[in-house]
Amino acid sequence: MNIFVCVKQVMARDSVLRPNETGTWAVDDGVSFEMNEPDTFALEEALRLKERHGGEVVAITAGPARSASTLREALAKGADRAIHVEGNRYVESDAYATAQALAAAIRREPHDLVLTGLQSDDAGFGQTGVILAELLQLPHATIIMEIDASGGQLRCKRELEAGWFQTITLPRPALLTIQSGINKVRYATLMGIKRARRKPFRRYSPDELGIGEPVHQRVRSLYQPRQSKQTEFLEGSSQEVAEKLLNKLRFEARVL
Amino acid sequence: MSVLVVTEQAGGKWHRMSFECLAAGQAAAGAMGCSLAALVAGSGVGDLAADLSAKQVSEVIALDDPVLGAYSPDGFAEALRQAVEQTQPRLVLFPHTYQVRDLAPKLAASLGRAFVSDAVGIRFESAGPVFVRQLFQGKLHGDVVVDGPPPYFASVQSGAFRADSVEDGEAPAPVRFLDLALDPSMVRTSSEPPFQDAKDAVDLGSADIIVSVGRGIQDPANIPQAQALATALGGELAASRPICDNGWLPLDRQIGSSGQTVSPDLYLALGISGAIQHVVGMKGAKTIVAVNKDRGAPIFEIADYGVVADLFEIVPALVKARGEVE
Repeated sequence: MNIFVCVKQVMARDSVLRPNETGTWAVDDGVSFEMNEPDTFALEEALRLKERHGGEVVAITAGPARSASTLREALAKGADRAIHVEGNRYVESDAYATAQALAAAIRREPHDLVLTGLQSDDAGFGQTGVILAELLQLPHATIIMEIDASGGQLRCKRELEAGWFQTITLPRPALLTIQSGINKVRYATLMGIKRARRKPFRRYSPDELGIGEPVHQRVRSLYQPRQSKQTEFLEGSSQEVAEKLLNKLRFEARVL
Repeated sequence: MSVLVVTEQAGGKWHRMSFECLAAGQAAAGAMGCSLAALVAGSGVGDLAADLSAKQVSEVIALDDPVLGAYSPDGFAEALRQAVEQTQPRLVLFPHTYQVRDLAPKLAASLGRAFVSDAVGIRFESAGPVFVRQLFQGKLHGDVVVDGPPPYFASVQSGAFRADSVEDGEAPAPVRFLDLALDPSMVRTSSEPPFQDAKDAVDLGSADIIVSVGRGIQDPANIPQAQALATALGGELAASRPICDNGWLPLDRQIGSSGQTVSPDLYLALGISGAIQHVVGMKGAKTIVAVNKDRGAPIFEIADYGVVADLFEIVPALVKARGEVE
């Protein structure tokens, strides 16, 4: 099975963020980067499917030069090769532009299954996978909790809202977006990191893939969230805070 | 020029967010000074269309076809594509449900348009709508604009608009059943009826007091501390998604878009950052208390009382102080 897994490099989860001068993105000076957490589950699922059914796992990203390190991480964990559609435009691009870049590269190769994470921790569109399926003309299913690829078709457990699930059957090739928590992700081993250096790593420019620069949706201004409630912050020693809070809850909010 | 609201139903029952989205549509049509159409899709949707026609809308669009009997991305995207082409709306609004996440990006992409997902607000400027979205897990908000011609596609976040603010119409609005060309063979996926995993699920919805833990709890060995506080306050223990994903608490204790939606009198969030997926499940709580080390955590935006501190110091102090009061 030829499995493509799409990953994105994002600012680390605990980063303290502020808008940049143009107000279109967050300042990333001094911020560390990591693989988008939902994508780590998609990568793990791809590796497990390969271990069960054979084939190849290709990690792919559309991102600036720095995102090569996230592809290296995927290789170290067990992906067989990597494809990097490299461009600074993919830092702030919308889901359509990202999907277009991924589609242009994936279209060139045989693919049985394309996996993505559920959404990114930065822009949080939650759309790249579904748009990619449309551009590749693949059937898709989203928010997947379980994949059975033992037959000719894919049988998947799809999460619905409020604790409900549903079984979806799709023909191959297909695209699935993976729900976080579907598996327990592995760590890269020293041996894996060493091997990763020798694995094939293909870099494309958007021009090489014949991709234009679609601008669909863009952030015009980015700002600190406005308080929707007036939060009263309680200060003091732990004991003082505890007593103040219980008093507030009893006599002010009247919920205790 | 019009606003089109795409509602959601399953098996003849409304998704509760359909009417939140209709409220957003009424506000949008008012601001844009244009007509409003409400759309329902399925098989045998006459009664649902009648529900919609009682609301303040210019017309109801019904997509009624056996192919739409069960949801499929292929069938629904094609039906809606035909509806958009026939009705030529300027703005198409969806509730941000799981189904819409599965469907709307495909629909918009098939028409070469952008879809602005999970908007918490919409403003109208002469050049077009401006959508407010949460980015970076809610740490920052952004005004998002769409370049290119209409129609503009967007979904509105759960709770961003109030279903009880939907206005009824003076007279029933006309219902228009569109002619669709749908071929069952275009649907490449098949689905089975929904099921639940947890048979004896805890109903957190009936709890008056909920103590909820997030990543800040750090280790499963620390869960009993939070349980002790829940017990001291006479409440139930709950968690954000990562805690249940790790197996530290069962899935039926999860609050958020994929878990339960609650509106207790008191919601005490311990070490929860306040990602959107969690907040939509609890922001209806009467009083929200947040304890978090990070002053910048989005949970503080919606908290009535905030404590910026280490939860491992505050929680035992609360348990002790509560014991002294009793």
